Amino acid sequence: MPTYKLKINGDKKIVNVDADTPMLWVLRDHLKLVGTKYGCGIAQCGACTIHIDGTAVRSCQTPVSVAADYKITTIEGLSEKGDHPVQKAWLEIDVPQCGYCQAGQIMSASALLKANSNPTDEEIDAVMNGNICRCGTYTRIKKAIKIAAKSINA
Amino acid sequence: MTLIKTTYNRRSFLKNSALASGGMMLGFSWLAACKPSPEQLISMPEEWFEINGYLKIGDNGLVTIMSPNPEIGQNVKTSMPMIVAEELDVDWKNVIVEQAPLNTAIFKRQLAGGSQSIRQGWDALRMAGATAKHLLKQAAADAWQVPFEEIETSESVITHKATNNTAGYGEMAAFAAKIAVPEQVKLKEKTDFKIIGTSRKNVDAKKIVTGQPLFGLDYEKEGMLIAMIVHPPAFGKKLGDVNDSKARSMPGIRDVFKIQSYKEGGVKAWCDVSAFDNLVVVVGDSTWQVMKAKKALELEWKVSPETENKIGNFRGDTRIQKVPAGLENSESHKLQMANVDKNKIRVARKDGNTEAAFKKAVKIIERTYTCPFLAHNTMEPMNFFADVTEDKADFAGPIQTPEFMEKSAAERFGLPLEKIDIQMTRMGGGFGRRLYGHFLIEAGVISQKMKTPIKLVYTREDDMTNGVYRPAYHAYYRAGLDADNNLIAFHVRAGGIPESPLAANRFPAGAVDNYLAEDWSLDSNITVGAFRAPRSNFIAGAEQSFLDEVAEEAGKDPIDFRLELLKRALEKPVGENNDYEAARYAGVLELVREKSGWDNELSGLHRGVSAYFCHNSYVAQVLDMVIENGKPVIEKVTAAIDCGIVVNPDAAANMAEGGAIDGIGHAMYSEMTFKDGVPEQSNFDRYRLIRHSEAPKYVDTHFVKSDTDPTGLGEPPFPPIMGALANALYKATGERHYHQPFINHVKKETEFKT
Repeated sequence: MPTYKLKINGDKKIVNVDADTPMLWVLRDHLKLVGTKYGCGIAQCGACTIHIDGTAVRSCQTPVSVAADYKITTIEGLSEKGDHPVQKAWLEIDVPQCGYCQAGQIMSASALLKANSNPTDEEIDAVMNGNICRCGTYTRIKKAIKIAAKSINA
Repeated sequence: MTLIKTTYNRRSFLKNSALASGGMMLGFSWLAACKPSPEQLISMPEEWFEINGYLKIGDNGLVTIMSPNPEIGQNVKTSMPMIVAEELDVDWKNVIVEQAPLNTAIFKRQLAGGSQSIRQGWDALRMAGATAKHLLKQAAADAWQVPFEEIETSESVITHKATNNTAGYGEMAAFAAKIAVPEQVKLKEKTDFKIIGTSRKNVDAKKIVTGQPLFGLDYEKEGMLIAMIVHPPAFGKKLGDVNDSKARSMPGIRDVFKIQSYKEGGVKAWCDVSAFDNLVVVVGDSTWQVMKAKKALELEWKVSPETENKIGNFRGDTRIQKVPAGLENSESHKLQMANVDKNKIRVARKDGNTEAAFKKAVKIIERTYTCPFLAHNTMEPMNFFADVTEDKADFAGPIQTPEFMEKSAAERFGLPLEKIDIQMTRMGGGFGRRLYGHFLIEAGVISQKMKTPIKLVYTREDDMTNGVYRPAYHAYYRAGLDADNNLIAFHVRAGGIPESPLAANRFPAGAVDNYLAEDWSLDSNITVGAFRAPRSNFIAGAEQSFLDEVAEEAGKDPIDFRLELLKRALEKPVGENNDYEAARYAGVLELVREKSGWDNELSGLHRGVSAYFCHNSYVAQVLDMVIENGKPVIEKVTAAIDCGIVVNPDAAANMAEGGAIDGIGHAMYSEMTFKDGVPEQSNFDRYRLIRHSEAPKYVDTHFVKSDTDPTGLGEPPFPPIMGALANALYKATGERHYHQPFINHVKKETEFKT
């Protein structure tokens, strides 16, 4: 099996896995970073969202061989102390119900705000439509994104 | 003064203290992350004192409260300990919460279902806190040599004013732990509540937003292998020959074999629903390797003959459930439901003489409503960890019915109950799907065969095509109005595959002199199970849409019309078994009318109302729709709820928001259809769930002020919104909607803006 050197959350990691192994399973099974969630495996639900060079991607559709060249950030590495403005806003609004999709929601939202720190409702919807929340916390997520945007722009 | 009997004794606590303290959990690296993170705490104590099974107190005053019930997102892991903390009179800042072990000697009804955790846990949780407080006070009275009655507590501090003595809970914990539990203890007056009724944040929120391991799928044990199953592609088929030569030789694959999950001819409990008991299993080192090997299997499927299940009920006797042969189709289901055999129809309730009343009626309104099968689609697919050896079986994972599955596992593995352990992990959604734990049994059988710990993981496709669906339902309604537009006759005939959604004694039963409720059902080999607010999740929307049309025919405001019927039910109820309190029902309608500004008609605003009572709580909702760029948009939902005392108001509002959005989503977009027994949707590319842009912009929730003991909120906000949605769509587009999902019938030009 080939060896891949990965840059994850500021650390260097080495894994021996098949070239087609999705980053999702490299993270979860091999690196024990289980904050990135499996929901559908076909890039339809967004639960597995990570950042590759700051851009939100679905890790279930990103083979390790492709990801190896880039800087990868997972929910565990979004901030050192869990105090990224998006995480703080999530806590302030107490967004989660079951909580399973929320890491993916937060990774999508934080990438959105990095690219556009003052998104309109339509811009939020356009990006966040890729993340399903089965519990229906959508209105809280939108509220939290706006609070995070405010704190980023402050 | 309210006294409560302490229904447990000191011995049962002591006997189980190793379990209750979480001692058995130590040693798993997985759980290190489930402990509270240091910055949350004042500091960890040097010693813990077991006060009772629900709580322990550290020498520094820190209190650990065990949350007894499974957490599926309904937030009981915060609200149940809040009730204990209230009676203990502890400062919430000094509380940490742990998921309790499965231990029915201490905890009653460790189940997430029926919106009952708070309602049925209320007394036991209060008692646990009050008992501990009593022991702390007694310890202080003994230490200070003062009368017990003169001891006071407030936010973790014990005082005796006359002697000017003060102690923290931590200082008295060691003594309290040695005092015998009295036969009864005093409960707080509800007016003295300081924690209940105030919003407290989700105790797991920080771990959720930082991606800590919490869920079943995150569970890890050294040496654990990954297992997956393959089940038949169609209901009505079963496993034939297996050619696994290619899969076996793939990297990381340890074994491929067949299993029989439940023993053939054995008795299944209600929680053992499973369509496919003969499965192919692939076990390997990692998830991706096993997923790939699954695809390399060459499998033959055979047509299954008619079979039967022996289902054990609560009383211990069994009934036979026929499982018909055949490959079913959604198109033929529709025809079968529309043309149901008259002999299958059963009268469930009859008041007065409906046929005579319909003959007298000036106007008769007849409508039919339907809904499809639904998959629960919890975001976390089914999974379970198992480590089964000759003399014990350890399990960990997401399960709503640990207490029942413990019995099923004992039966399946031939072990006594005390040799079965089930650790409850946080669940990535439940919605009823995880009441049915066949995946726990499957995991156990695989572990037993492999002689190693394994984690069974379902792919999304395995999860969505495995059954345990919300049934397909059908309801026919007929209403008769007299010349003065009074409702003089009401007839509902409701059925489904394979069960009826009818609740014969619910509103408008009791409000109409001539009332007839009938039900029927058709057999199927497609398995079903409880889905968030079972039966109500269809019949509420159907009934509330129908009443909207009847009100319109009667020329009455939809809220006035419902209130008029409820007034009748309150003042001169028809029949005796009416399953609702008319005054509370009317109360939520009046509150939603006020809070939504229903009486202020605004141009461009299209509104639908709905109200329903189920799972002991009352919910009324008004849905506001506007047309933007020619497309309907849900602007706002206003909800009025009567669930008695609201334990954690902001978390309760979260449930009300989620329930409304979930209800809109399922009524509008979701369906599971079948062709020749094959589920036609197997992932989120074809199975549509509501997304961000389709949700209402705001959900505004109001609770009726009440000092009635609390009832649940997991289910009640979900069913009625479907009626409010249909009624608002009618106002906005002029089209009535009778068949879910509405999106299939919404004209292209009026499709939602997305």
